[in-house]
Amino acid sequence: MIEHLPVLLVTVPIVAALLILLLGWHDSRFCYPLTLATILFQFAGGIALLIEVMREGTIRYYLGGWAPPLGIEFVIDTFNGYILPIVLLLALATAVYARRSVEKEIKPEKIVSFYVLFQLLVTGLVGMTITGDIFNLYVFLEISSIAAYTLIASSRKPRAYVAALNYLVLGSIAGGFVLLGIGNLYVATGTLNMADLARLLPASYGLATVHTAFLLLVIGFSIKVALFPLHLWLPDAYTEAPSAVTVLISTVMAKVSVYAMFRVIFSVFTTAYFVETVPVTELILFIAAVAIVAGAVLAIAQEDLKRMLAYSSVSQVGYIVFALGVANQIALEGGLLHILGHAVMKGCLFMVAGVIIYRLGTSSFSDLKGVAATMPVTCAAFALAGASMIGVPPTIGFASKYYLVLGALEAGHWVYAAVLLAGSLLAVGYIWRFIEVAYFSASSHHEGGDHHPAPGVREAPLSMLVPMVILSILCLVLGIFVDPLMKIVAPAVSLLLGGA
Amino acid sequence: MEAVLEAFLSHYNYGMAIILMMIGLYALIAKQNLVKKLIGLNIFQTAIFLFYISFADVEGGIAPIYLPEGMEAIYVNPLPHVLILTAIVVGVSVTAVGLSLIVRIYEEYGVIDEAGLLKMVKRR
Amino acid sequence: MVDVTGLLPAVTVVIPLLAAVMILVSGRHENIRDGFTVAAAVAMLVSVVAMLPSILSGERITISLIPLLPGGDLALRVDAFGMVFALTAAVLWLLNSFYSIGYMRSLKEHAQTRFFFCLAVAIAAAIGIAFSANLVTLLVFYEILTIITYPLVVHVETPEAMAAGRKYLAYLLIGGIFFLAAVILTYILTGTTGFVPGGFLAGSAPPLTLQILFVLFMVGFVKAAWMPLHGWLPAAMVAPTPVSAFLHAVAVVTAGVFGIVRIAGWVYGMDLLASLGLGTLLAVIASFTIITASLFALTEDNLKRRLAYSTVSQLSYILLGVSMLSIAGMTGAMAHIPIHAFLKITLFFVAGAVIVAAGRERISDMKGIGRKMPVTAVMFSAAAIGICGLPPLSGLISKVYLALGAVEGGVPILLIVLIASTVLNAAYFFPIIHTMLLGRPDDERSLDSVSEPPLTMLVPIVLTTVASVLIFFFPSMPFMDLVEIAIGEITGSVIP
Repeated sequence: MIEHLPVLLVTVPIVAALLILLLGWHDSRFCYPLTLATILFQFAGGIALLIEVMREGTIRYYLGGWAPPLGIEFVIDTFNGYILPIVLLLALATAVYARRSVEKEIKPEKIVSFYVLFQLLVTGLVGMTITGDIFNLYVFLEISSIAAYTLIASSRKPRAYVAALNYLVLGSIAGGFVLLGIGNLYVATGTLNMADLARLLPASYGLATVHTAFLLLVIGFSIKVALFPLHLWLPDAYTEAPSAVTVLISTVMAKVSVYAMFRVIFSVFTTAYFVETVPVTELILFIAAVAIVAGAVLAIAQEDLKRMLAYSSVSQVGYIVFALGVANQIALEGGLLHILGHAVMKGCLFMVAGVIIYRLGTSSFSDLKGVAATMPVTCAAFALAGASMIGVPPTIGFASKYYLVLGALEAGHWVYAAVLLAGSLLAVGYIWRFIEVAYFSASSHHEGGDHHPAPGVREAPLSMLVPMVILSILCLVLGIFVDPLMKIVAPAVSLLLGGA
Repeated sequence: MEAVLEAFLSHYNYGMAIILMMIGLYALIAKQNLVKKLIGLNIFQTAIFLFYISFADVEGGIAPIYLPEGMEAIYVNPLPHVLILTAIVVGVSVTAVGLSLIVRIYEEYGVIDEAGLLKMVKRR
Repeated sequence: MVDVTGLLPAVTVVIPLLAAVMILVSGRHENIRDGFTVAAAVAMLVSVVAMLPSILSGERITISLIPLLPGGDLALRVDAFGMVFALTAAVLWLLNSFYSIGYMRSLKEHAQTRFFFCLAVAIAAAIGIAFSANLVTLLVFYEILTIITYPLVVHVETPEAMAAGRKYLAYLLIGGIFFLAAVILTYILTGTTGFVPGGFLAGSAPPLTLQILFVLFMVGFVKAAWMPLHGWLPAAMVAPTPVSAFLHAVAVVTAGVFGIVRIAGWVYGMDLLASLGLGTLLAVIASFTIITASLFALTEDNLKRRLAYSTVSQLSYILLGVSMLSIAGMTGAMAHIPIHAFLKITLFFVAGAVIVAAGRERISDMKGIGRKMPVTAVMFSAAAIGICGLPPLSGLISKVYLALGAVEGGVPILLIVLIASTVLNAAYFFPIIHTMLLGRPDDERSLDSVSEPPLTMLVPIVLTTVASVLIFFFPSMPFMDLVEIAIGEITGSVIP
């Protein structure tokens, strides 16, 4: 049983998705507990796999018993062993959070299909994370993408259709690039297994085919992770999607895409290729720095909480890609830490936005004056996660920033380190928009004497509050206990830098 | 010059795939009608499919089926075909989702061209 | 110097944090809530005082909490210099707690729970700064202090306060970024950030790098409000008066100058600073600030703002002392931290008392107010005299050491700065005293409703003044003893 865990993490949820569909037809009340149970199972499995990897080393699972390169294998090493629990933790938190939010934001007749797609999206992402076969990666990528397009469109707002279509077009182009890149790799080596590719590719590093493949894959994934200036699909998609979906795609999906990018660059092409053969690190650093600044500036200019957070994601992705550009041990540790940190804090922040929409029906700053008085816990969660976003010690956001700057300075990138630091100041600019409006909104205080934004507004329901508060506390706890965390992250980075 | 020509002619399948891709991308960007955009996307994807199929081909090769004892033959590489079968399924699903979104957009806004849609979205 | 491991430093930091949580929980019952504030202040003072004997006997109490980041664990170490700051903060917080409760209740201020919660966390951060064993820990507490004092600064939530709050955040967070860069750079150069008496940077990098690094640190400690980076401090005067007292005396600016002295004595070392020529840089900045800020103070009619510029000027005394790079100068610098804090908090307490009892903020409106509030006005006069450096108040002690340092260091021009500043101090304080005690109100009846402030406010005012007198008569207990140990630590010699 336990040795089949990798494949069970993918197959069980697919079966569960079918079950949700069948049972949900009968009675839609089945959907939620089934989804929750499945994701709980996956989460437990993810943790178990991480423990196993930390203890025993890399786990290889041959699908159907066919050994690679003929068969497809699932590989769990320290890198994706680290990513997998993050993905599932956020999926779990979102699942708990989703129930009340979905009741309000999605038409009742669509709730069954919402849970089915939710399940498929998570499963696709889990598959992307654990597969050791690059074509398999593409298939899971498309499964999760299609689920995401549909989930975004499940909102009651008609604008969501437009956002989803936009995302669909750009996402499909990205998928096409990835597919084409994989084809080129296959032409160059005759294999699709990632470990095999890493072994065979060095012989053909000079070939134009390999360069083309690298370029196509990097561009494809750059669209998927919304790296500036390929982020155009992101703001609308994040803003218009139902709150629970926004949480899921902004954290889990974005992070898995980053994972895939790292995996392909480091485990398929190896550091030697992209640092020496095609010296693109300088370019990547430049793009990342532009992303950090531009995303933050755009975020500051927004008048809507959810939209502001969406642009903040554009900026934060820059931090992670920045680590890629520096490509030394410490910076990558910071990057990997930020994958976790940003998932947790952005998850929390979008949950806050969702709760506010749930209670107030809007997330426009002008309607949120003094909201902290009526929703104190929600706003406290925002303040804590926001502090982490800015990088106030001792939060997780500070730890990753510290590592990134340290790594950049060690590599001699003085200017870029300065940009990184400036970027965190810009984060103050947009996080504080909400803090000022929610806590210190002058008008409500002086007109009414006390903070009362709107009659009847109460604190969020418990099932939305709990995951949100847990995530915000995690921002702090992870930041304080960052050293034990590094015992997982450091081997993962060594693995990446050491090639496959 | 001859070498370049030679290289192009011997890899003309690549060239064709690229030309098809560009046509698809052009339609995707330049066409106003959302359905035509989706058709562009389809052309783009099909170009990639063709690319896979063409590089799998072996001159004079036959389908990889089990032959009776004593018969020898060159097979074309079956793996890309299998891969593309999967990719086609993906493509069809994407098209289906895309078309249904366009239907919904038409129901909501009553327009199906990009400029008109932009105007409608801004107005609401 | 003996290092002993002990839990007390951590306990001292945790007490106000626990209190903060309890304050949030009990926010609806204001007596219970304020009870927690007072209880925590007492407990923290006890805990600090409990460490005093072992520090005075030359021990240092250390505790490493958890490994945090490359470059430093989250670690606390109580040494004599840290004790100077911690003891000042602990005593003043206790008094400030009573005063705040009286002030906030008298004015029926809103959001009091938020106010006391932030104060409690802020004092924890201040104590953490005092006890930091390395730069990383110092940075952590320094940034927490920045963020948590923001809600205090913008407490009144008027557009003016929000603008001031933005200014406050902008200055301090940008400073924090510079500090972070400096910490990381230090770690890259030396592989450590732990404080070493006498410094550990010597020989780790070319002079230019170390000079740039020092500038990074200086900008990082923008909390010290040296000119021209002082703009946030007068702006922050929109806050309620207990907050101003807290900013100016208990924690924030003190943390800034404390940090600079820490860097000078425990990261660079005086010899290195001298060989890099950084003493001159500091001296120029400090002299400029002392004189200019005093001139600004002369032109302010708003009492709190005048006091703010006075603080800016007085803080640079400490920088001036450091810049002399002599034992006497350093002694004066360290001694001036508690001495200035006790005097300045009295002045702010009085300013707040006048707001509560008479609703006046402008000096020109305070004519003759001393007739109705005699105790308050006399205490103000006493503290003002102390700041000018006249006996029998503690201000004289640090001034003497600073003057000694100037003479010893062979830079008589600094002596001139000191004398000029004393004259300026008198020039902006004596008119206030005159107005309060001897002035005649334009309208005699306008003072009818004015009386002494409530006891919770009056008693702290008297106590801080008495403390300043006591420090003058018994300087060694305990502050000068602590300073002596600290000086011995970084220079290996004793105070003249």
